[in-house]
Amino acid sequence: MGKILVILEKNKNSLKRVSFELITAAINLSKANGSKVAGLYFGNAEGIPSLVSEYGLEEVININNSNLDNYSSTGYAKAIAQVATSESADIILFPANAMGSELAPRVAVKLNAGYIADSTKLEFVNNELIITKPIYAGMAISTNKILKVIKIISLRPKAFTAQKSNSSVNTVVKEFNTDINPSDLKVKVIETKVSEGKLDLTEADVVVAGGRGLKSADNFSMLEELASLLGGTVGASRAVTDEGWRPASEQIGQTGKTVSPSLYISIAISGAIQHVSGMNTSKVILSINKDKDAPIFKISDYGIVGDLFQVLPKFTEKVKTLKD
Amino acid sequence: MKILICVSKVPDTNIKIVVGDNKKAIDSKGIKFVLNPNDEFAIEEGLQLKEKFGGDITVVTVGDESAKDILRTALSMGCNNAIIVKSSTDIDSIQVAENLASVVKSINPDLVLMGRQSIDFDSQQIPSLTAELLDLPSVSVVSKLSIDGTKILAERDIEGGKEIVSSNLPCIISFQKSINQPRYPKLPDIMKAKKKTIEEINSLDCAPSVEIVEISLPDKKRIGKIVGDSDAEISEIVKLLHEDAKVI
Repeated sequence: MGKILVILEKNKNSLKRVSFELITAAINLSKANGSKVAGLYFGNAEGIPSLVSEYGLEEVININNSNLDNYSSTGYAKAIAQVATSESADIILFPANAMGSELAPRVAVKLNAGYIADSTKLEFVNNELIITKPIYAGMAISTNKILKVIKIISLRPKAFTAQKSNSSVNTVVKEFNTDINPSDLKVKVIETKVSEGKLDLTEADVVVAGGRGLKSADNFSMLEELASLLGGTVGASRAVTDEGWRPASEQIGQTGKTVSPSLYISIAISGAIQHVSGMNTSKVILSINKDKDAPIFKISDYGIVGDLFQVLPKFTEKVKTLKD
Repeated sequence: MKILICVSKVPDTNIKIVVGDNKKAIDSKGIKFVLNPNDEFAIEEGLQLKEKFGGDITVVTVGDESAKDILRTALSMGCNNAIIVKSSTDIDSIQVAENLASVVKSINPDLVLMGRQSIDFDSQQIPSLTAELLDLPSVSVVSKLSIDGTKILAERDIEGGKEIVSSNLPCIISFQKSINQPRYPKLPDIMKAKKKTIEEINSLDCAPSVEIVEISLPDKKRIGKIVGDSDAEISEIVKLLHEDAKVI
């Protein structure tokens, strides 16, 4: 019987949301093939076992090695490969984010595994793991299989739903000792600058994104208001970040970020494919644009044709009333 | 400084995707292929490093005869040499990385530069695969780079912030948009690039590790309820988002 290893990522004393999505995806796979599931995390975090137990994860493996206090792709990859080997893992799930996208290929090489990145769906068909992933800017979908014994997949954040289990399980914690030493840290993080209190685009449930039609940086305060009302965050089109109205880290699309929130609200964004590729797996899309022929309406669930400066304040007001 | 830049050929973004008859690839008939936009940032960064430290730049791609066009684009921007590893277009990422690793071994560069990801499969895996095959350090999705002797400091985007990564040369680095503004090639340089010799290498014979089962067009149906801007219509949309879609 194989084992599914899930790479969990800490966020202060908790885990990133994507970690819980990975746990649910792994548990769903294990129901289909009878595998056991184990999570793996680095560093000290006492609260993690009780957090993951709510999601039905029965085993977590902890690596606590002072050489790995800071992220190092070479060091982490070596340690993960050691765990995978000792646990005989044959499926390893990574988040398709900054860390996972660096680590998964390295671990794949170390374990002579096959790797599919940025998957949006996993299922067993005739006992074979079929991995779905968007390609060509989301204009096509591919299904893939991995020909190697060990299968590594990274999952697009928000494409899978995290589900708490009905009954809390008792999570066993296993400490894993690695022999990672400083010479394994060929590359190493020496400083992290995280903007406090800002919800990351790829992890946000609601994204309110604005285009050039906003006309100025100041007008984005309207989007900020709606986003905070909905517990979401603000994104932008390339034109907006090129203008410097918003930071480059908020750009959504081909040369920016890929997001997949429950609700994507596009405001004054025409919907060029370069933008659409970064948001077309969003679950629900609402667009506000004054051009009724804007391509964005073709991929929208809901649309309001009108001037954003008229429509948005009214929309926000009505959402506020609803929330009250 | 000896720099190797790895580039790839991708379909132009503004094309309409048609699935090929075998459902394993897209129909490439009539499709315009271009230099992967993310690779332009790697080329520009390489050119700026060359201007600062001296040295030369080799650009390499793994692909079929038609991929020579993107090598000529890179040459016209200022790269010195070009290599094509001749292969069919249906090889997987590990096969591409093994071929690139073999070129890296033979050239022995100080720096290997790439774009963040190719915009066809968007997997972001070639830099790390190649680095691991060569036991080299790598940093992905870099938006700022400084080099001092053999020490490098790279800033890269992470969720909700940035991290500063330190490493040593030789190293593989992939770049994203905010690193620089790629230059446009000048006409005389485009003409000169057409006459340059592109070195041809046969690809290694290595086994695939993944297989495409099928390619299809997205089947996600959108509701497509588009309304006007009256008060009542805006209220209706808010209600639908709340009661039907249950997202607010």
